[in-house]
Amino acid sequence: MLDQTPAPLVSVRDLKMHFPIYAGLFRRRVGEVKAVDGVSFDVMEGETLGLVGESGCGKSTCGRAVLRLYDITSGEIEIDGREIGAVPQPELRTMRPTMQMVFQDPQASLNPRMTVEAIIKEPLDEHTKLSEAEKREKVAELMDAVGLNRKFAKRYPHAFSGGQRQRIGIARALALNPKFIVCDEPIAALDVSIQAQVVNLLEDLQEKFGLTYLFISHDLSMVRHIATRVAVMYLGKVVELSPREALYAEPLHPYTKALLSAVPEPDPALATTKERIILQGDVPSPSNPPKGCNFCTRCPAVMDICKQDEPKTHEVQPGRYVACHLYNDTAEQTAGTEV
Amino acid sequence: MPDGALPVLDVRDLKTVFQTRGGEVHAVNDVSFDLRPGELLGVVGESGSGKSVTMMSLLGLLPSPPADVRGGTVTFDGQDLLQLDPEGLRSVRGGKIGFVFQDPMTSLNPVFTVGMQIAEPLRKHMGMSKREAAVRSKELLELVGIPDADQRLQDYPHQFSGGMRQRVMIAIALACDPKVLIADEPTTALDVTIQAQILELMKDLRDKLGMAVIWITHDLGVIAGIADQVMVMYGGQVVEHAPVKELFGNPGHPYTKALLTTIPKISGSREKRLTIIEGQPPILAGAPRACPFRDRCDAAFDRCAVENPARYDVGEGHDVACFHAEGL
Repeated sequence: MLDQTPAPLVSVRDLKMHFPIYAGLFRRRVGEVKAVDGVSFDVMEGETLGLVGESGCGKSTCGRAVLRLYDITSGEIEIDGREIGAVPQPELRTMRPTMQMVFQDPQASLNPRMTVEAIIKEPLDEHTKLSEAEKREKVAELMDAVGLNRKFAKRYPHAFSGGQRQRIGIARALALNPKFIVCDEPIAALDVSIQAQVVNLLEDLQEKFGLTYLFISHDLSMVRHIATRVAVMYLGKVVELSPREALYAEPLHPYTKALLSAVPEPDPALATTKERIILQGDVPSPSNPPKGCNFCTRCPAVMDICKQDEPKTHEVQPGRYVACHLYNDTAEQTAGTEV
Repeated sequence: MPDGALPVLDVRDLKTVFQTRGGEVHAVNDVSFDLRPGELLGVVGESGSGKSVTMMSLLGLLPSPPADVRGGTVTFDGQDLLQLDPEGLRSVRGGKIGFVFQDPMTSLNPVFTVGMQIAEPLRKHMGMSKREAAVRSKELLELVGIPDADQRLQDYPHQFSGGMRQRVMIAIALACDPKVLIADEPTTALDVTIQAQILELMKDLRDKLGMAVIWITHDLGVIAGIADQVMVMYGGQVVEHAPVKELFGNPGHPYTKALLTTIPKISGSREKRLTIIEGQPPILAGAPRACPFRDRCDAAFDRCAVENPARYDVGEGHDVACFHAEGL
């Protein structure tokens, strides 16, 4: 690593995003879906933080909430030294250039009636005072940077393949020289042979422009490839946050263990010898999470305390944070600091 | 592979063409394979490689027009499925050949209870009475590991989770003791922990029931864990067919080799950079006259652009459609 500890570019504390449920004749509020329920993490400058979990665990909501695409329920979000947790949306606009997003479905996130040039130019129109010619030049540069032929600038999104469309989305996100980009499952909709192309592109761009990524994905192998540190989410909470090598070599939280063991191994020799932890049952509903630890209904190592108290997040090894009662003792010994 | 056993399903030179406004699309080109009793054949390929269309063609599931199954034979149970009339096909589908579709959300009927949907093939194909069908439905739900089978039969699909719905789909496909089960990306829409449950279940069921299974997927990891034989498809053709260990240990086709290096691994050493396959999958307009992979292939040479390679045998049960494999 570097000599000096890199400063966090993004710092999220106790982020909560609850969606109300209305029901009945008078559409009364009867409860809430706790999509993100008290999440804290830092993203260091220049690193890629991988955010993994199964569908419905709140990882995408978390990514969107961090960029304030929602009005969050509570919590603090500091990006590039500015607190944006409670800033009203109009004021937020002026800060958008530093933080951008690449969406999952390139089909749905590009306007079919706009040319590629118009799509990539839109943020420039909105946030800069460049002349038309300068903008066009900038668009061409961006298209070069993401590996799109500049001759195709006047074409519409439907004329491009999935991988190319994702490149358009990336070019648009880069237009305003952002520092921080949230990539929400950017490769999930792509074929395997195209996924590697886009991931390599993201890595190249990170190096070239010094970008910081929050990389949201359910593909644990791909996150192992791209992320510096990895946060594992389950039912609205981060259960484990670790540097990549440590997490994949020795997962600590029972859920992380099960999740990693469930990933199919593309090697028949290993696939037969690999010990799998098959979790029973399904993820509980986030509108009615279980008492105590959210994972207690499926956990193979469940104890009595898990059904009573919610585990706190402890730093059990340097840089490794786990929210599990199994590690309460280790945490006390190392006088674990809470995140 | 059990020696000497006659294949339960034998597909020869299957060809499917779609008529579109932009011209003909040759989605399946001379696909041949056979399936032996008890064998699990994995079919791997990217979207548009023709893996699903192949399976739908042989069961007559594609609407015509636009689809046109132009040629080939599909021998199952001593008869050619392509020659059967719609009535005859209907008695095979869901009876002796079961089908599990990719998306459990859309392939169950939301307005009927799960019990009715499982009982339907039993009553149609096996001629069971309502009561017999109800008993068998319960057995089936228990077989696929759904607790409280009695209660759950009364439930509607929306009351089940994704993984549970896929189990229901499998139960329906298994209802009439099929000889062949075709599963089209059955775990793609599911999370990894749920996928692991379904894979375990399938391995279990195959051992118990001894049926042959065709498992379509784009995930090589799934194939490695579950298949006996693997067929790799690209551009509507079979480019490689081999026993699973052979395929992973000694891949012959440049596409297979590239595919195996392009996915990052969950354990072992981590590559600094992912190997990529340059370019895009081919557009399948017109009958193939050249190797579909030539534009993206590192080993392509003159001949690849003028001639479509045949499948050359390179070992026991292993063939490769590449000129570099010729005469090996």
